[in-house]
Amino acid sequence: MVSLRPAPKLPPTSTSPRLSLPKAPAGTVYRGHEGMWSWVLHRITGVGIFFFLLVHIMDTALVRVSPQAYDGVIAEYKNPIMGLGELALVAAIVFHAFNGLRIILIDFWSFGTKHQRGMFWAVIIAWLVVMAGFAPRQLITILEEFPR
Amino acid sequence: MTLTVPAPAATDVRVKRRPPEGFSTITLLIRRFDPETDAEPYWRDYDVDVLPTDRILDALHTIKWEQDGSLTFRRSCAHGICGSDAMRINGRNRLACKTLVKDLDTTKPIYVEALKGLPLEKDLVVDMEPFFEAYRQVQPFLQAGTTPQNGRERLQSAEDRERFDDTTKCILCAACTTSCPVFWTDGQYFGPAAIVNAHRFIFDSRDDAAQVRLDILNDREGVWRCRTTFNCTEACPRGIQITKAISEVKAATMRSREKVKIA
Repeated sequence: MVSLRPAPKLPPTSTSPRLSLPKAPAGTVYRGHEGMWSWVLHRITGVGIFFFLLVHIMDTALVRVSPQAYDGVIAEYKNPIMGLGELALVAAIVFHAFNGLRIILIDFWSFGTKHQRGMFWAVIIAWLVVMAGFAPRQLITILEEFPR
Repeated sequence: MTLTVPAPAATDVRVKRRPPEGFSTITLLIRRFDPETDAEPYWRDYDVDVLPTDRILDALHTIKWEQDGSLTFRRSCAHGICGSDAMRINGRNRLACKTLVKDLDTTKPIYVEALKGLPLEKDLVVDMEPFFEAYRQVQPFLQAGTTPQNGRERLQSAEDRERFDDTTKCILCAACTTSCPVFWTDGQYFGPAAIVNAHRFIFDSRDDAAQVRLDILNDREGVWRCRTTFNCTEACPRGIQITKAISEVKAATMRSREKVKIA
Protein backbone atom coordinates (compact mmCIF):
# COMPACT_ATOMS: atom_id res chain seq x y z
CA MET A 1 0.00 0.00 0.00
CA VAL A 2 1.37 3.37 -0.96
CA SER A 3 0.54 5.85 1.73
CA LEU A 4 -0.73 9.19 0.46
CA ARG A 5 -0.66 10.70 3.91
CA PRO A 6 2.02 13.24 4.68
CA ALA A 7 4.87 11.76 6.60
CA PRO A 8 4.22 12.23 10.30
CA LYS A 9 6.72 14.32 12.13
CA LEU A 10 9.20 12.07 13.83
CA PRO A 11 8.83 12.21 17.58
CA PRO A 12 11.85 13.58 19.34
CA THR A 13 13.97 10.77 20.64
CA SER A 14 12.64 10.47 24.12
CA THR A 15 15.02 10.06 26.98
CA SER A 16 12.59 8.20 29.19
CA PRO A 17 10.98 5.11 27.64
CA ARG A 18 7.17 5.29 27.45
CA LEU A 19 6.77 1.58 27.93
CA SER A 20 8.99 -1.11 29.27
CA LEU A 21 10.37 -3.07 26.35
CA PRO A 22 10.53 -6.83 26.77
CA LYS A 23 13.95 -8.03 27.76
CA ALA A 24 13.69 -11.47 26.19
CA PRO A 25 16.02 -11.32 23.20
CA ALA A 26 15.13 -14.93 22.47
CA GLY A 27 11.58 -13.85 21.64
CA THR A 28 8.20 -14.42 23.20
CA VAL A 29 6.74 -17.77 24.20
CA TYR A 30 4.81 -19.27 21.30
CA ARG A 31 1.10 -18.96 22.01
CA GLY A 32 -0.17 -22.38 21.08
CA HIS A 33 -3.66 -23.65 21.72
CA GLU A 34 -5.01 -26.73 23.56
CA GLY A 35 -2.95 -29.09 21.42
CA MET A 36 0.37 -27.53 22.36
CA TRP A 37 -0.37 -27.17 26.06
CA SER A 38 -1.73 -30.71 26.33
CA TRP A 39 1.56 -31.88 24.79
CA VAL A 40 3.58 -29.77 27.27
CA LEU A 41 1.59 -31.23 30.18
CA HIS A 42 1.98 -34.73 28.75
CA ARG A 43 5.75 -34.26 28.64
CA ILE A 44 6.00 -32.83 32.16
CA THR A 45 3.78 -35.52 33.69
CA GLY A 46 5.60 -38.19 31.69
CA VAL A 47 9.02 -37.14 32.96
CA GLY A 48 7.64 -36.86 36.51
CA ILE A 49 6.15 -40.36 36.35
CA PHE A 50 9.44 -41.70 34.99
CA PHE A 51 11.37 -40.39 38.01
CA PHE A 52 8.73 -41.79 40.36
CA LEU A 53 9.06 -45.22 38.72
CA LEU A 54 12.85 -45.01 39.00
CA VAL A 55 12.65 -44.41 42.76
CA HIS A 56 9.79 -46.90 43.10
CA ILE A 57 11.74 -49.73 41.44
CA MET A 58 14.78 -48.96 43.61
CA ASP A 59 12.87 -48.96 46.92
CA THR A 60 10.96 -52.12 45.97
CA ALA A 61 14.22 -53.80 44.99
CA LEU A 62 15.46 -53.13 48.54
CA VAL A 63 13.23 -55.96 49.77
CA ARG A 64 15.69 -58.34 48.07
CA VAL A 65 18.57 -56.72 49.96
CA SER A 66 16.94 -56.78 53.36
CA PRO A 67 13.31 -56.58 54.48
CA GLN A 68 14.34 -54.31 57.38
CA ALA A 69 15.87 -51.76 55.02
CA TYR A 70 12.71 -51.88 52.90
CA ASP A 71 10.51 -51.31 55.97
CA GLY A 72 12.77 -48.45 57.00
CA VAL A 73 12.42 -46.71 53.65
CA ILE A 74 8.65 -47.19 53.55
CA ALA A 75 8.38 -45.81 57.10
CA GLU A 76 10.41 -42.82 55.94
CA TYR A 77 7.77 -42.15 53.27
CA LYS A 78 5.03 -41.75 55.88
CA ASN A 79 5.00 -38.00 56.24
CA PRO A 80 2.67 -35.27 54.98
CA ILE A 81 5.09 -34.10 52.27
CA MET A 82 5.04 -37.57 50.68
CA GLY A 83 1.25 -37.60 51.11
CA LEU A 84 1.01 -34.47 48.99
CA GLY A 85 3.54 -36.02 46.62
CA GLU A 86 1.21 -38.97 46.17
CA LEU A 87 -1.60 -36.56 45.36
CA ALA A 88 0.58 -34.94 42.68
CA LEU A 89 1.59 -38.38 41.40
CA VAL A 90 -2.02 -39.51 40.99
CA ALA A 91 -2.89 -36.19 39.33
CA ALA A 92 -0.03 -36.65 36.86
CA ILE A 93 -0.84 -40.29 36.11
CA VAL A 94 -4.56 -39.63 35.62
CA PHE A 95 -3.85 -36.79 33.16
CA HIS A 96 -1.17 -38.79 31.36
CA ALA A 97 -3.47 -41.80 31.06
CA PHE A 98 -6.51 -39.94 29.73
CA ASN A 99 -4.44 -37.75 27.39
CA GLY A 100 -2.64 -40.89 26.20
CA LEU A 101 -6.02 -42.29 25.12
CA ARG A 102 -6.69 -38.99 23.34
CA ILE A 103 -3.39 -39.26 21.45
CA ILE A 104 -4.15 -42.87 20.47
CA LEU A 105 -7.52 -41.73 19.11
CA ILE A 106 -5.85 -38.87 17.18
CA ASP A 107 -3.47 -41.35 15.59
CA PHE A 108 -5.80 -44.24 14.88
CA TRP A 109 -9.33 -42.82 14.58
CA SER A 110 -9.85 -41.09 11.24
CA PHE A 111 -11.94 -38.36 12.88
CA GLY A 112 -9.44 -37.98 15.74
CA THR A 113 -7.64 -34.91 14.40
CA LYS A 114 -10.96 -33.18 13.77
CA HIS A 115 -12.17 -33.64 17.35
CA GLN A 116 -8.84 -33.22 19.18
CA ARG A 117 -9.92 -30.01 20.93
CA GLY A 118 -13.16 -31.50 22.21
CA MET A 119 -11.27 -34.58 23.33
CA PHE A 120 -8.80 -32.37 25.24
CA TRP A 121 -11.63 -30.85 27.25
CA ALA A 122 -13.07 -34.32 27.76
CA VAL A 123 -9.69 -35.31 29.23
CA ILE A 124 -9.79 -32.30 31.57
CA ILE A 125 -13.34 -33.12 32.69
CA ALA A 126 -12.49 -36.79 33.26
CA TRP A 127 -9.40 -35.68 35.20
CA LEU A 128 -11.49 -33.33 37.35
CA VAL A 129 -14.03 -36.09 38.09
CA VAL A 130 -11.36 -38.57 39.16
CA MET A 131 -9.46 -35.99 41.19
CA ALA A 132 -12.68 -34.79 42.86
CA GLY A 133 -13.07 -38.34 44.10
CA PHE A 134 -9.46 -38.88 45.12
CA ALA A 135 -8.15 -35.53 46.40
CA PRO A 136 -10.55 -35.09 49.39
CA ARG A 137 -10.00 -38.70 50.48
CA GLN A 138 -6.22 -38.28 50.31
CA LEU A 139 -6.24 -34.91 52.10
CA ILE A 140 -8.41 -36.34 54.90
CA THR A 141 -6.00 -39.27 55.27
CA ILE A 142 -3.04 -36.89 55.49
CA LEU A 143 -4.77 -34.75 58.11
CA GLU A 144 -5.89 -37.78 60.14
CA GLU A 145 -2.55 -39.53 60.12
CA PHE A 146 -0.49 -36.47 60.83
CA PRO A 147 -2.39 -34.35 63.37
CA ARG A 148 -0.42 -31.30 64.36
CA MET B 1 8.14 43.08 2.00
CA THR B 2 8.90 40.93 4.92
CA LEU B 3 8.20 37.29 5.24
CA THR B 4 7.26 36.05 8.62
CA VAL B 5 8.46 32.56 9.13
CA PRO B 6 6.33 30.80 11.71
CA ALA B 7 8.40 29.67 14.61
CA PRO B 8 8.66 25.88 14.75
CA ALA B 9 6.57 24.38 17.46
CA ALA B 10 8.86 23.58 20.30
CA THR B 11 6.40 21.33 22.07
CA ASP B 12 6.70 17.59 22.20
CA VAL B 13 4.94 16.45 19.06
CA ARG B 14 4.43 13.00 20.48
CA VAL B 15 2.02 14.33 23.08
CA LYS B 16 0.19 16.74 20.76
CA ARG B 17 0.08 14.66 17.61
CA ARG B 18 -3.32 13.30 16.70
CA PRO B 19 -3.83 10.69 13.97
CA PRO B 20 -5.83 11.76 10.90
CA GLU B 21 -9.59 11.16 10.69
CA GLY B 22 -10.41 7.44 10.86
CA PHE B 23 -6.87 6.45 11.75
CA SER B 24 -5.72 5.32 15.12
CA THR B 25 -2.24 5.08 16.58
CA ILE B 26 -1.01 1.62 17.41
CA THR B 27 2.26 0.55 18.94
CA LEU B 28 4.34 -2.18 17.40
CA LEU B 29 7.11 -3.88 19.33
CA ILE B 30 9.51 -5.34 16.80
CA ARG B 31 12.34 -7.70 17.62
CA ARG B 32 15.27 -6.16 15.75
CA PHE B 33 18.60 -7.74 14.94
CA ASP B 34 21.45 -6.54 12.74
CA PRO B 35 24.21 -9.16 12.62
CA GLU B 36 26.80 -6.48 11.83
CA THR B 37 26.19 -4.40 14.94
CA ASP B 38 24.17 -6.42 17.46
CA ALA B 39 25.37 -9.27 19.62
CA GLU B 40 21.80 -10.41 20.21
CA PRO B 41 18.31 -9.30 19.16
CA TYR B 42 16.54 -6.48 21.01
CA TRP B 43 13.05 -5.01 21.07
CA ARG B 44 12.19 -1.59 19.70
CA ASP B 45 8.83 0.20 19.70
CA TYR B 46 7.18 2.14 16.87
CA ASP B 47 3.98 4.19 16.79
CA VAL B 48 2.06 3.93 13.54
CA ASP B 49 -1.18 5.54 12.35
CA VAL B 50 -3.36 2.88 10.80
CA LEU B 51 -6.90 2.24 9.64
CA PRO B 52 -8.71 -0.70 11.23
CA THR B 53 -8.70 -2.40 7.82
CA ASP B 54 -4.95 -1.99 7.41
CA ARG B 55 -2.80 -5.07 7.69
CA ILE B 56 0.27 -5.52 9.85
CA LEU B 57 2.24 -5.48 6.59
CA ASP B 58 0.96 -1.92 5.96
CA ALA B 59 2.14 -0.91 9.42
CA LEU B 60 5.57 -2.43 8.70
CA HIS B 61 5.68 -0.54 5.39
CA THR B 62 4.81 2.71 7.14
CA ILE B 63 7.65 2.16 9.59
CA LYS B 64 10.11 1.27 6.85
CA TRP B 65 9.12 4.10 4.50
CA GLU B 66 8.49 6.90 6.98
CA GLN B 67 10.28 6.17 10.23
CA ASP B 68 13.14 3.69 10.01
CA GLY B 69 14.40 2.54 6.63
CA SER B 70 16.68 -0.04 8.20
CA LEU B 71 13.78 -2.30 9.20
CA THR B 72 14.18 -5.49 7.19
CA PHE B 73 11.45 -7.95 6.28
CA ARG B 74 10.43 -10.11 3.32
CA ARG B 75 7.29 -9.53 1.33
CA SER B 76 6.41 -9.95 -2.27
CA CYS B 77 2.82 -10.23 -3.45
CA ALA B 78 1.33 -8.84 -0.23
CA HIS B 79 -1.88 -10.79 -0.89
CA GLY B 80 -1.36 -14.08 0.90
CA ILE B 81 -0.21 -16.06 -2.13
CA CYS B 82 3.58 -15.87 -2.29
CA GLY B 83 4.19 -16.87 1.33
CA SER B 84 7.07 -14.43 1.90
CA ASP B 85 5.93 -12.52 4.97
CA ALA B 86 5.25 -15.23 7.53
CA MET B 87 6.28 -13.94 10.95
CA ARG B 88 5.35 -14.26 14.60
CA ILE B 89 2.66 -11.69 15.43
CA ASN B 90 1.56 -11.60 19.07
CA GLY B 91 3.21 -14.96 19.64
CA ARG B 92 1.60 -16.79 16.73
CA ASN B 93 2.84 -17.48 13.23
CA ARG B 94 0.82 -15.54 10.67
CA LEU B 95 1.20 -13.81 7.33
CA ALA B 96 1.63 -10.07 7.95
CA CYS B 97 -0.37 -9.44 4.76
CA LYS B 98 -3.38 -11.41 6.02
CA THR B 99 -3.47 -10.05 9.57
CA LEU B 100 -5.81 -7.08 9.91
CA VAL B 101 -5.28 -4.49 12.63
CA LYS B 102 -8.94 -4.73 13.66
CA ASP B 103 -8.53 -8.42 14.49
CA LEU B 104 -5.82 -7.67 17.07
CA ASP B 105 -6.06 -6.07 20.47
CA THR B 106 -4.61 -2.62 19.73
CA THR B 107 -4.95 -1.38 23.31
CA LYS B 108 -1.74 -3.29 23.94
CA PRO B 109 1.46 -3.22 21.88
CA ILE B 110 1.59 -5.71 19.03
CA TYR B 111 4.61 -7.99 19.16
CA VAL B 112 6.24 -8.73 15.82
CA GLU B 113 9.22 -11.06 15.58
CA ALA B 114 10.87 -13.45 13.17
CA LEU B 115 9.88 -17.09 12.74
CA LYS B 116 11.26 -19.39 15.41
CA GLY B 117 13.46 -22.39 14.70
CA LEU B 118 15.17 -21.13 11.53
CA PRO B 119 18.47 -19.19 11.72
CA LEU B 120 17.82 -15.47 12.20
CA GLU B 121 19.53 -13.39 9.52
CA LYS B 122 18.28 -9.86 10.13
CA ASP B 123 15.24 -8.32 11.84
CA LEU B 124 12.28 -10.35 10.52
CA VAL B 125 14.26 -12.32 7.95
CA VAL B 126 15.26 -15.94 8.61
CA ASP B 127 17.32 -18.38 6.58
CA MET B 128 14.74 -20.53 4.80
CA GLU B 129 17.26 -22.99 3.38
CA PRO B 130 16.78 -25.78 6.00
CA PHE B 131 13.04 -25.51 5.31
CA PHE B 132 13.42 -25.84 1.54
CA GLU B 133 16.00 -28.60 1.94
CA ALA B 134 13.43 -30.72 3.81
CA TYR B 135 10.87 -29.85 1.12
CA ARG B 136 13.19 -31.03 -1.66
CA GLN B 137 13.93 -34.29 0.14
CA VAL B 138 10.33 -35.54 -0.13
CA GLN B 139 10.49 -35.28 -3.94
CA PRO B 140 7.58 -32.85 -4.38
CA PHE B 141 6.98 -33.47 -8.08
CA LEU B 142 4.90 -35.90 -10.14
CA GLN B 143 6.61 -39.21 -10.80
CA ALA B 144 4.44 -41.29 -13.08
CA GLY B 145 5.58 -44.67 -14.34
CA THR B 146 3.10 -44.75 -17.23
CA THR B 147 2.86 -42.81 -20.46
CA PRO B 148 -0.48 -41.04 -20.93
CA GLN B 149 -2.55 -42.43 -23.78
CA ASN B 150 -2.46 -40.74 -27.19
CA GLY B 151 -0.14 -38.06 -25.86
CA ARG B 152 -2.89 -36.53 -23.76
CA GLU B 153 -3.20 -35.63 -20.08
CA ARG B 154 -3.40 -38.19 -17.33
CA LEU B 155 -7.09 -38.18 -16.50
CA GLN B 156 -8.28 -38.27 -12.93
CA SER B 157 -11.75 -38.56 -11.44
CA ALA B 158 -13.14 -35.72 -9.35
CA GLU B 159 -13.04 -38.01 -6.30
CA ASP B 160 -9.37 -38.85 -6.86
CA ARG B 161 -8.57 -35.15 -7.19
CA GLU B 162 -10.53 -34.37 -4.04
CA ARG B 163 -8.45 -36.89 -2.07
CA PHE B 164 -5.43 -34.54 -1.87
CA ASP B 165 -7.13 -31.22 -2.56
CA ASP B 166 -6.41 -29.80 0.90
CA THR B 167 -2.64 -30.24 0.63
CA THR B 168 -2.44 -28.57 -2.80
CA LYS B 169 -3.11 -25.23 -1.11
CA CYS B 170 0.34 -24.94 0.48
CA ILE B 171 2.27 -21.73 -0.31
CA LEU B 172 5.50 -22.78 1.46
CA CYS B 173 5.46 -19.84 3.86
CA ALA B 174 6.98 -21.96 6.68
CA ALA B 175 4.39 -20.77 9.22
CA CYS B 176 3.57 -24.39 10.08
CA THR B 177 7.09 -25.80 10.26
CA THR B 178 8.31 -22.95 12.48
CA SER B 179 5.30 -23.31 14.82
CA CYS B 180 6.24 -26.93 15.56
CA PRO B 181 7.86 -27.50 18.98
CA VAL B 182 9.58 -30.61 17.62
CA PHE B 183 11.16 -28.61 14.78
CA TRP B 184 12.42 -25.93 17.21
CA THR B 185 14.45 -28.47 19.15
CA ASP B 186 15.18 -31.00 16.40
CA GLY B 187 16.27 -29.28 13.21
CA GLN B 188 16.54 -32.66 11.47
CA TYR B 189 12.77 -33.23 11.56
CA PHE B 190 11.24 -32.84 8.10
CA GLY B 191 8.58 -30.54 9.49
CA PRO B 192 4.89 -30.19 8.66
CA ALA B 193 5.29 -28.38 5.33
CA ALA B 194 7.47 -31.09 3.79
CA ILE B 195 5.02 -33.78 4.93
CA VAL B 196 2.07 -31.79 3.56
CA ASN B 197 3.76 -31.63 0.16
CA ALA B 198 4.62 -35.32 0.32
CA HIS B 199 0.94 -36.00 1.13
CA ARG B 200 -0.07 -34.05 -1.96
CA PHE B 201 1.74 -36.60 -4.17
CA ILE B 202 1.38 -39.74 -2.03
CA PHE B 203 -2.41 -39.54 -2.36
CA ASP B 204 -2.39 -38.46 -6.03
CA SER B 205 -3.75 -41.34 -8.13
CA ARG B 206 -1.54 -40.29 -11.09
CA ASP B 207 1.69 -40.62 -9.11
CA ASP B 208 3.60 -43.88 -8.82
CA ALA B 209 6.35 -42.98 -6.32
CA ALA B 210 4.22 -42.95 -3.17
CA GLN B 211 6.26 -45.79 -1.66
CA VAL B 212 9.53 -43.92 -2.24
CA ARG B 213 8.23 -40.91 -0.29
CA LEU B 214 6.70 -43.10 2.41
CA ASP B 215 10.07 -44.81 2.89
CA ILE B 216 11.74 -41.40 3.22
CA LEU B 217 9.15 -40.26 5.77
CA ASN B 218 9.16 -43.55 7.69
CA ASP B 219 12.64 -42.48 8.82
CA ARG B 220 13.61 -41.66 12.39
CA GLU B 221 13.28 -37.93 11.62
CA GLY B 222 10.16 -38.44 9.52
CA VAL B 223 6.44 -38.47 10.33
CA TRP B 224 6.93 -40.25 13.65
CA ARG B 225 8.53 -37.13 15.13
CA CYS B 226 5.08 -35.51 14.95
CA ARG B 227 3.64 -35.19 18.47
CA THR B 228 0.24 -33.89 17.32
CA THR B 229 0.44 -30.50 19.02
CA PHE B 230 -1.74 -29.01 16.25
CA ASN B 231 0.32 -25.79 16.21
CA CYS B 232 0.83 -26.27 12.46
CA THR B 233 -2.88 -26.64 11.72
CA GLU B 234 -3.64 -23.50 13.70
CA ALA B 235 -0.79 -21.51 12.14
CA CYS B 236 -1.52 -22.36 8.50
CA PRO B 237 -2.70 -19.18 6.71
CA ARG B 238 -4.33 -21.37 4.06
CA GLY B 239 -6.39 -23.38 6.54
CA ILE B 240 -4.83 -26.72 5.58
CA GLN B 241 -5.66 -29.49 8.06
CA ILE B 242 -1.95 -30.25 8.43
CA THR B 243 -2.02 -32.58 11.43
CA LYS B 244 -4.74 -34.60 9.69
CA ALA B 245 -2.55 -34.86 6.57
CA ILE B 246 0.41 -35.99 8.69
CA SER B 247 -1.83 -38.58 10.39
CA GLU B 248 -2.87 -39.87 6.97
CA VAL B 249 0.78 -40.20 5.94
CA LYS B 250 1.49 -42.03 9.21
CA ALA B 251 -1.39 -44.40 8.44
CA ALA B 252 -0.16 -44.85 4.85
CA THR B 253 3.26 -46.00 6.09
CA MET B 254 1.51 -48.82 7.95
CA ARG B 255 -1.23 -49.72 5.47
CA SER B 256 -1.41 -49.09 1.75
CA ARG B 257 -2.53 -45.61 0.75
CA GLU B 258 -5.83 -46.96 -0.63
CA LYS B 259 -6.76 -48.33 2.78
CA VAL B 260 -6.24 -45.05 4.66
CA LYS B 261 -9.68 -43.96 5.77
CA ILE B 262 -10.80 -40.48 4.85
CA ALA B 263 -12.50 -38.54 7.59
